[in-house]
Amino acid sequence: MSQIFHHSTNTLSKLSIFGALFLAAGTLWLVLEINRSPYVTQAGVAREQPVPFSHAHHVAGMGIDCRYCHASVETSATAGIPPTKTCMNCHSQIWSDSPTLEPVRESFRTEKSIEWVKVHDLPDFVYFNHSAHVNQGVGCTTCHGRVDQMPLMWQEASLTMEWCLDCHRQPERYLRPREQVWNAAYEPPPDQLALGRSLVKEYGIHTRTSCSTCHR
Amino acid sequence: MSGTPGGSDVDLSGLRRRLADSTGRAYWKSLEELAGAPQFLEFLHREFPEQASTFDDPEGRRGFLKMMGASLALAGLTGCTRQPEEKIVPYVKPPEDMVPGRPLFFATAVTDGGYAKGVIVESHMGRPTKVEGNPDHPASLGATDVFGQASVLDLYDPDRSQTLTHLGEIRPWGSFLAAVKAALDGQRAAQGGGLRILTETVTSPTLAAQIQELLAAFPAARWHQYDPAGPDSIRAATAQAVGAPSEVVYDLAKADVVLCLDADFVGHGPANLRMIRAFTSRRRLGGEQSPAGMSRLYVAESSPSLTGALADHRLPLRASEIETLASAVAAGVGAPAGAAPAASGSVPAAWVGAVAKDLQAHAGRSVVMAGPWQPAAVHALAHAINQTLGNVGQTVTYAPSVEARPIDQLASLRDLAAAMDAGQVQALVVLGGNPVYEAPVDLDFARRMDKVPLRIHFGLYDDETAERCHWHVPAAHPFEAWSDARAFDGTVTIVQPLIAPLYAGCKSAHELLAAFTSKPERSGYDIVRDYWKAQGVLGADEKAWQRALHDGILAAPAVAKAAGPGPAASATPPPTSAPPAGQGLEIVFRPDASVRDGRLANNGWLQELPRPLTKLTWDNAALMSPRTAQSLGISIESTSLGSYTDLVELIYRGRTAKAPAWIVPGHPDGTVTVHLGYGRTRAGRVGNGVGFNAYALRTSDAPWFGGGLQVKKTGDRYLLACTQDHWSMEGRNPVRAGTLEEYEAHPDYAKETFEEPPPSLSLYPAFKYTGHAWGMAIDLNSCVGCNACTIACQAENNIPVVGKEQVGRGRELHWIRVDRYYSGGVENPETHHQPVPCMQCENAPCEVVCPVAATVHSDEGLNDMVYNRCVGTRYCSNNCPYKVRRFNFFLYSDFDTPSLKLQRNPDVTVRSRGVMEKCTYCVQRINRARIDARNQGRPIKEGEIKTACQQACPGEAIVFGDINDPGSRVAKLKAEPRNYGLLAELNTRPRTTYLAHVKNPNPEMGD
Repeated sequence: MSQIFHHSTNTLSKLSIFGALFLAAGTLWLVLEINRSPYVTQAGVAREQPVPFSHAHHVAGMGIDCRYCHASVETSATAGIPPTKTCMNCHSQIWSDSPTLEPVRESFRTEKSIEWVKVHDLPDFVYFNHSAHVNQGVGCTTCHGRVDQMPLMWQEASLTMEWCLDCHRQPERYLRPREQVWNAAYEPPPDQLALGRSLVKEYGIHTRTSCSTCHR
Repeated sequence: MSGTPGGSDVDLSGLRRRLADSTGRAYWKSLEELAGAPQFLEFLHREFPEQASTFDDPEGRRGFLKMMGASLALAGLTGCTRQPEEKIVPYVKPPEDMVPGRPLFFATAVTDGGYAKGVIVESHMGRPTKVEGNPDHPASLGATDVFGQASVLDLYDPDRSQTLTHLGEIRPWGSFLAAVKAALDGQRAAQGGGLRILTETVTSPTLAAQIQELLAAFPAARWHQYDPAGPDSIRAATAQAVGAPSEVVYDLAKADVVLCLDADFVGHGPANLRMIRAFTSRRRLGGEQSPAGMSRLYVAESSPSLTGALADHRLPLRASEIETLASAVAAGVGAPAGAAPAASGSVPAAWVGAVAKDLQAHAGRSVVMAGPWQPAAVHALAHAINQTLGNVGQTVTYAPSVEARPIDQLASLRDLAAAMDAGQVQALVVLGGNPVYEAPVDLDFARRMDKVPLRIHFGLYDDETAERCHWHVPAAHPFEAWSDARAFDGTVTIVQPLIAPLYAGCKSAHELLAAFTSKPERSGYDIVRDYWKAQGVLGADEKAWQRALHDGILAAPAVAKAAGPGPAASATPPPTSAPPAGQGLEIVFRPDASVRDGRLANNGWLQELPRPLTKLTWDNAALMSPRTAQSLGISIESTSLGSYTDLVELIYRGRTAKAPAWIVPGHPDGTVTVHLGYGRTRAGRVGNGVGFNAYALRTSDAPWFGGGLQVKKTGDRYLLACTQDHWSMEGRNPVRAGTLEEYEAHPDYAKETFEEPPPSLSLYPAFKYTGHAWGMAIDLNSCVGCNACTIACQAENNIPVVGKEQVGRGRELHWIRVDRYYSGGVENPETHHQPVPCMQCENAPCEVVCPVAATVHSDEGLNDMVYNRCVGTRYCSNNCPYKVRRFNFFLYSDFDTPSLKLQRNPDVTVRSRGVMEKCTYCVQRINRARIDARNQGRPIKEGEIKTACQQACPGEAIVFGDINDPGSRVAKLKAEPRNYGLLAELNTRPRTTYLAHVKNPNPEMGD
């Protein structure tokens, strides 16, 4: 019986064996890249909110400190989303007729909460603590980006575990003096590594990379 | 499988031979282990018995494969989706002191038999999630029992009744008020002659005042009380001895010798937590405690109890013989011995002699205590002995009763039943309690109650009594309503709500009683506050009230705490009131260790909690001694689905009940113990049809024991879920015990038997701990086996309930189990308890086998368990010699019921199926303390972190801390000579270690 396949098909079959390897590796790479992409992480995607609250206006324009609204950031795991009452402290006096702010006034009248869309949404098995970070010289903008330049809030970082560990393994690359934590316009000095190392020593920082630091 | 006859018959002679052959102390967990039965070896050598985890779903293999294929395909797709959008819902106006993400703590009280035990309840954003003891409260001292821990689950029980009903139909509160008004108007002419109120034991001053007010308006109305597990005999005996029903307060911290006559101070009573603390304070060794200061405990009991398990000398006796024993001891110490017959054959004279001598040698520093299930005569003997020995005023004090109106409750219920039968009752208000289910069967309560024209029931559940009442008013849970209650010593706690009632129709008892007054709409808060204001203890300003709410204790001068007079020395005990022993066996009734008198039957945590000693779950049984079982031909077969046992018929005074038989080593011969609280028909989805109803046999003339029981095998078999052989460790003496004499000669006797390999033996490099290194030491001398740790862990760590069928297969999820070991013969073995959480090994066998690094070592020495990484290979649990890892075979956590979600601890992941889980030393508490300390710029203080099990423990047996700090309590305990590591010879180097058990037997006893 004559051969069905020509001799050259041997090459093809060899190629396809190697090709399959590359294909598998390529697919894996693709999946990993997709998972890191803003499509999945939602980094950089501004969210629609019931009230188009502008951090840019309130932080950069009015100079309101982060902690005026996010009051529990220094003491609790969660920074705290301000109650309607906090909004009304000012907005019962200014822009008190603005139709944009009607949901806020309605919430105050009816005692029904405003339902904000969560922008920074960690998985439920991750236990992040704001107070542990802001008290040790991690600035707000280090993770949240230039909030003072965001008209609508978006998530700046990918919030992947890789991103967390990037800092937990080398905190000196990101630390700033405690008094600069709330400064949205803070620019790291050119000798950040030297400053960071001295801060690590001064604040006695032991960054932890054990699983139970965040997962439990 | 069901109905398989045969199994391993109890072969007593074989067991005895085996015991005689063993060298040294032999420890065993079950008769199967002692006999070396193949079923036990199966448990020992495997994690789960063979076929326990085979897939026998009716779906079948083919369906399973189809499902698998579909889920694989879907899993691939779901991997690419984003997280669903979530909402943040802040407050409109934030409540005072509320910081999002931080819990608040409120002091209040839970009641046990009417008496308060102070608790501090943790609340997350308005949701009560966890109960802890109140360190300032005299009945708690910071500890809790299983009931306190489990009370938070009752709050969220979806089966609680939610609406006011009339004949089963929903009605508004207004129509109830109208009905009450009409009834009261009808009663006014007769001055309330037809009005009866039935409550449980009442210590609440406010409630008592309300009832008195009602009785003042209707002088002919009557107030009845009934608590099926109430201490009627103590009331009667103290009334006879002191002149009025009194509280007897024992100070076990001052007692060198304690004799318990069927008294279970560990498991029952309003002061049990305090007594455990006091008792264990005299059982610690090492440090500053000298061996000479160790107290000695004698227990004579008719049913094995936790107190008996602690005893240095334990004497199993039939309940009817306890009085004989008490009388003999009284004679031995020179107290008036009463009319009981002299020591007979089954009451060993040597035992009595040695006890009497020991008591006399410690006159003024000893305690004789009788249990509420013994008749007043035994209590009178105990009083007389204490009086003769000069203990009264020293270790035993009498105080005025804390109850609002201490009466003979059984007589009270009997009166009520007779009055109902005679048609004298026109309106009955059942204010708590479930008399239709729990009244003595001879009173025929349900039929007689049906004769009452207006029946009102108030309770948490639409239960057996509610079904037969016209009106059912849903009760608010104690965490939802204002009230007050008194502890055993009279301390008043204001019970404050942590949450508004989950169901709008719920009322407190105070609000219900207000409906019978001219001001029916008064709030519970106003009623309680106005009462105390009227007492003049609140002062002019708010301070005293706020202080009371903050501390959980009301500084009330109205409460007398002074010790009353002792019993008159010449008082002769009343003649025996024990029922005459009939032919046949004796039956002993006891409230259950989990569901009590049945009120907690719908609590899944308690149902699944292995009962102390028997280790049964989800059932009660007819408990008997090995010899009695042998004579009845009982056989028990342990299988991969649970333990098959004989279903027997209990015939007692013309009534019958069918119950599974269960063999308990150390049970007195010729006696059968049955536990109350099971066989409920309207408990709820959890408790309905669990176990058999022992109330069906209980009569009012012999509420606690009686003779004339016949037991017949029915020929049917019954499946029980017993955990005693689960998670068995290969026999290297996991528990180690000795006597005080041995300890004094060789303090490190626990280490002598087994070599611990040198740390250098491992192939892996050693971990270095520069910061903290968490460790735990568990003192087996202080552990009383009460299970509080298991429930505390369950509440703290969101551990689900798996159900009887799954427990039978060995899939219970408790992270900390209390292993119970016996040593010695089957007739009267010594008992040892050993709580076993994860050992957090240095050389952890689990870590090296995980293919996905889901369990890894932390820099502080914990074996972290990363749920989100776990893929469920179960290699880790296969490799764990301690068998402390738990696998979610199915989706055990309830992801659907909204009310149950509120209970969960937000700081701990709720695990799904296919995930391994285990103890992590409450790493959420470690992290919280670490972050708080860092934020405040200080180191973590010694004792700042308490694990959930440690915090609940009434014996302070569990100590947790930093072993890198040589000053810490845990480091000091680990330096004790008694300290040993469980299976340390495997070179796992466990972080959790044990202090060996030391008993203090009387050398003169010579048994």
